[in-house]
Amino acid sequence: MSMATYAGRIRTLRHAAASRRRSTSLALLTALGAAFALALYLGDYPIPPLAVVQSLFSPLTGLTDRSVDFIVLQVRLPRAVLALLSGASFGLAGIIFQTLLRNPLASPDIIGIAHGASAAAVFCIIILGWTALAVSVGAFLGAILTALAIYLLAWRDGVTAFRVVLIGIGMAAMLAAAISYLFTRARLNEVQQAMAWLVGSLNAARPEDCIVLGGAMLVLVPLLIGLVRGLDAMELGDDTARALGATVERSRLGLMLVAVGFAAFATAAVGPVGFVAFVSGPLARYLLKGTGRGFPQAALVGALVMLVSDLIAQHMLPAVQLPVGVVTGACGALFLLWLLMSSGRSGRIN
Amino acid sequence: MIPAMSNKHQLLAAGLDLAYGDRQIVTGLSLTVPPGKLTVIVGANASGKSTLLRGLARLLTPTRGAVYLDGKPIHQMPTREVATLLGVLPQTPIAPDAIAVTDLVGRGRYPHQGWFRRWTTEDDAAVAEALNATDTADLAGRAVDELSGGQRQRVWIAMALAQDTQLLLLDEPTTYLDINHQVEVLDLLTDLVRQRGRTVVVVLHDLNLACRYADHIVAMKSGHIVAEGSPGDVMTEAVVADVFGMPSRIVRDPVSDTPMVVPIGRHHAGSLEGQAKRGVAVTY
Repeated sequence: MSMATYAGRIRTLRHAAASRRRSTSLALLTALGAAFALALYLGDYPIPPLAVVQSLFSPLTGLTDRSVDFIVLQVRLPRAVLALLSGASFGLAGIIFQTLLRNPLASPDIIGIAHGASAAAVFCIIILGWTALAVSVGAFLGAILTALAIYLLAWRDGVTAFRVVLIGIGMAAMLAAAISYLFTRARLNEVQQAMAWLVGSLNAARPEDCIVLGGAMLVLVPLLIGLVRGLDAMELGDDTARALGATVERSRLGLMLVAVGFAAFATAAVGPVGFVAFVSGPLARYLLKGTGRGFPQAALVGALVMLVSDLIAQHMLPAVQLPVGVVTGACGALFLLWLLMSSGRSGRIN
Repeated sequence: MIPAMSNKHQLLAAGLDLAYGDRQIVTGLSLTVPPGKLTVIVGANASGKSTLLRGLARLLTPTRGAVYLDGKPIHQMPTREVATLLGVLPQTPIAPDAIAVTDLVGRGRYPHQGWFRRWTTEDDAAVAEALNATDTADLAGRAVDELSGGQRQRVWIAMALAQDTQLLLLDEPTTYLDINHQVEVLDLLTDLVRQRGRTVVVVLHDLNLACRYADHIVAMKSGHIVAEGSPGDVMTEAVVADVFGMPSRIVRDPVSDTPMVVPIGRHHAGSLEGQAKRGVAVTY
């Protein structure tokens, strides 16, 4: 074979991989669209599909129906949009950490960042007596401070993936203990409020939550796009990455900050909804079959998992609205078991 | 075929101290890498050969002295610029899960790409060339984690080749390989030097392969260079005794006429005289 034929073959392989990535994204987008439509349509108050569409366009057309518009635009739409945004954020936060630390266990809900947000929120509710938005701000700060603490504790002439995971898991255990301690000092109604926050829920979704999280994502996504190329080199190990001319320490810090940003804003908006960050990356990579790193697909999987989990949580049991975290927790735990068992054989988790 | 490059880049170390934390590994080492030659660094375990290679490759910052690339201190040059002149294959690179061979080899194009220059036909050509040179073109569509150790090592070398640099440093690229693949890898590096005019520096364990393939040998012991030069000049019984603390006989390699080190060991010291008379080492 001549060199031109070889080059042609490489090009063909590259195009085949790109086409697999595109078709995966397209399938996920289609599923997401269907789930989104279902989320706007399903509910205790029956609204015909046409009326839902009419209501969605009412700000443009001026054709209003106050009760329908309230349910569609103020209740169902913010809830669905918030599920979508927070799911995508969790998915991205998870896959960034998992890629950087080269470990599927390294998602922010396992290495203590979600625990940091939770401990701070519980502290705000029980000790400070805060509610609603103030708790979200507290949770956001908790996530950032925890991430910072993990990074500093793991630092020894640079951070290694393994140290971050170990220190993160230790940190998670410590913060879980702190949460338990806070519970022992709380009154019953505070415990209820704190528990509701800890499970994570979209029941209180408001348009303002969507705006805050959406705004954060508008900043974080371009930053991620700017930093993501460095991973081409960094995935091969630090020495190889430096050999290829990547600025390893700086890129890693930048990517970690972006990931913490995604996790912190999403957690502040909907609570520490378990396992979404953890499952999105591996699921996206499973769908891609080695044809890509899967960041956009992980965001789509995260959004889809969140939206479908919330639909199940709302409509599975008649007259009971479960928090979405119950559903993601149950499914995610099964996924974790599967991952541990299948990785045990191939030895991927180290 | 990429034509042989005429402008050879200069790599040299001057008064180099290298350390991991408080542990000093290399002390006051100076070395000029001969351009357009295959240089092999040999030495016992913990003699500092890998550390020296990491220092030369600017992966480890010296505590004293400096490494110069074309007269400029390499640690002060933009790392991306260095990466277009000097390629490195570290001892234990990591392959991401399920990555395909072409994708991994394509990562070698990293320093040639950027925000506004994404993948081009030139990159395809470089990857094809690297796969061809390492005889891995048939593996192009496979996942790296499905390959055998020898295949995987050749794919990693292809990654370093795709970087298309005039200087190439490799840390024990033949470890874990069967003897036939070791020879293949060293033949390939020799091709790079002879046909493409590249400068290659490689750390090797096997003294006899080192002697056979090296244009220039650097023998190290506890962070110093004990001897350097052509294999015929460097590889003497005295140097082997000094570097490895081991008595040996040096004979002629019947194939390449280079020195061949035959270790003696405790159990054969007595029969040495008789063997030499019978000419055991030279008659195959």
